[in-house]
Amino acid sequence: MSVVRPFDKLPVLNSAAILLVGTDEDLQRQLAQTILKEKKDFKISIHLATSLPLPAERDHIRPRIDLIVFMINVQSKYGFKNIEASLAHVDANFFLGKVCFLVTGVGRVNHCSVDMSAVRKLGDVYCSPLIFCELELEGIRISTAQRLLRMLQICAGHVPGVSALFFSSLMRSSNDE
Amino acid sequence: MAARGRRGRGAAGGAMDVTVAEFIRRTVLKVPRSHIPALLQAWGFLPAARLQALDVRPLKEAIAEAVVQLCQENSASIKEAAVLDIVYNHTFQNKRVWTVYQMTKATGGETDIFDFTAFKRKFKRRIQSSLINVTINFKEFEDNAIWIRIAWGTSYTKPNQYKATYVVYHSQTPYAFISKSINRSNLPLLCQALIVASNYGDIREMELRSHCLDSLKDIVFKRYSQTFQTHHPKPLQERNVAPENVDPRLIQEDKSEKERIQRVNQEVFGDGPQPKLEFAQYKLETMFKSSPKMVNVSERESFRCLVKFSSPHLLEALKSLAPAGMADAPLSPLLTCIPHKARNYFKIKERKGVLAAGLVSP
Repeated sequence: MSVVRPFDKLPVLNSAAILLVGTDEDLQRQLAQTILKEKKDFKISIHLATSLPLPAERDHIRPRIDLIVFMINVQSKYGFKNIEASLAHVDANFFLGKVCFLVTGVGRVNHCSVDMSAVRKLGDVYCSPLIFCELELEGIRISTAQRLLRMLQICAGHVPGVSALFFSSLMRSSNDE
Repeated sequence: MAARGRRGRGAAGGAMDVTVAEFIRRTVLKVPRSHIPALLQAWGFLPAARLQALDVRPLKEAIAEAVVQLCQENSASIKEAAVLDIVYNHTFQNKRVWTVYQMTKATGGETDIFDFTAFKRKFKRRIQSSLINVTINFKEFEDNAIWIRIAWGTSYTKPNQYKATYVVYHSQTPYAFISKSINRSNLPLLCQALIVASNYGDIREMELRSHCLDSLKDIVFKRYSQTFQTHHPKPLQERNVAPENVDPRLIQEDKSEKERIQRVNQEVFGDGPQPKLEFAQYKLETMFKSSPKMVNVSERESFRCLVKFSSPHLLEALKSLAPAGMADAPLSPLLTCIPHKARNYFKIKERKGVLAAGLVSP
């Protein structure tokens, strides 16, 4: 079973790689284009996939993945099941801040097929932040892209003094106090 | 809008029945304004010169009145009005729901050369032997389609011209398309008349219904692009895909999976446009299989459940499910068999003796 590992490859100077996993390809592509348009001072490569595991034949040319973003569309139960199955192919070390869940589609309440408690449980179980965003709206897409870029920089180690482990502070909610 | 009296003949005016005039008026009112000249021309009853002089600029009520006036001058009867109705329904055939019927030859029967006159005579005779108050009209169109219009009455009422049944029959095929009439009690008589007139032995209703008559014809006449099972796998052909100006920083990891989905889709659905159906209905007569915790649900009677898929274009929607990332490819054969089996209404029964669910029954 091929698993994505965070530290099995050497990092490349001044570059970072982000992996977007989700079944909604249009949304994925739009988010990727928005990320590419943002101003950044490092080389970025964006990998798009509908599910894991990633095809083994491209393993040797794939760079080290710094951040995995799972795109959950609340309107598609099929997509959610896909993501749950894909999570098994991610090495446990990734879940120390290098994974986050993007949840879209919550705005259209009538079309929601995935229970919100199931989504929150996923975030809890895998100790990763949930970011709610409506990616169809351009403004939100841009701000999400900026946020992901910042997270990517930190995960790739470009920001001195800050590591991905700090992201657990993103998950502290008012219920915990 | 005050309705004209429908009883009795009009005292003044031409030799045309008031009911006929009203019927023609209402038929013209149903037609969208831009289609009126073409429709009247296809009707072929009014002289061409008068048709050209017809003004289509004013309100539709005025146009309808003008048409009725012209019909008065030419002494239109119910026959011409019925033909106008056929032409209207032929032009706007997709407004009705059509059901497909299949006829089978009696054993030992031969294929005779089709005689339209004999067909009409036999058909009329069979219906009128049971029911006097009917209006039956025929019209043949260019694609060898025979349209039959039947307006039904009872022993003491005149035929209701506004609730007619339409039958489309292609003489070289054993299929008839009947538009769903509200009154089903006349259906056996209609079916009998059809088989008598066309020299067949039996007729049965197929589980195939749709608004789009052409698509129904495509399915039963096998005119859509079908896929044929080839023994050797075809190499993936180059299609005219526009060269993608893909950013090299954007990497599609599962290109091969996408290609597989396209290939499977092509194998299942073929390349051409799919026939247009609006719904598929699955009636489940299977047992409910519950987890041991749910003891309340009776496991002895079947769990009644009806699953209905509806879409403006169902088969195209199914074809795009896997590429859009909403379903696995290949799709369930229950969905993909719709055009091959020529049905969109299914009954799924329990498969006896096997643990797996569901067998599609004929």
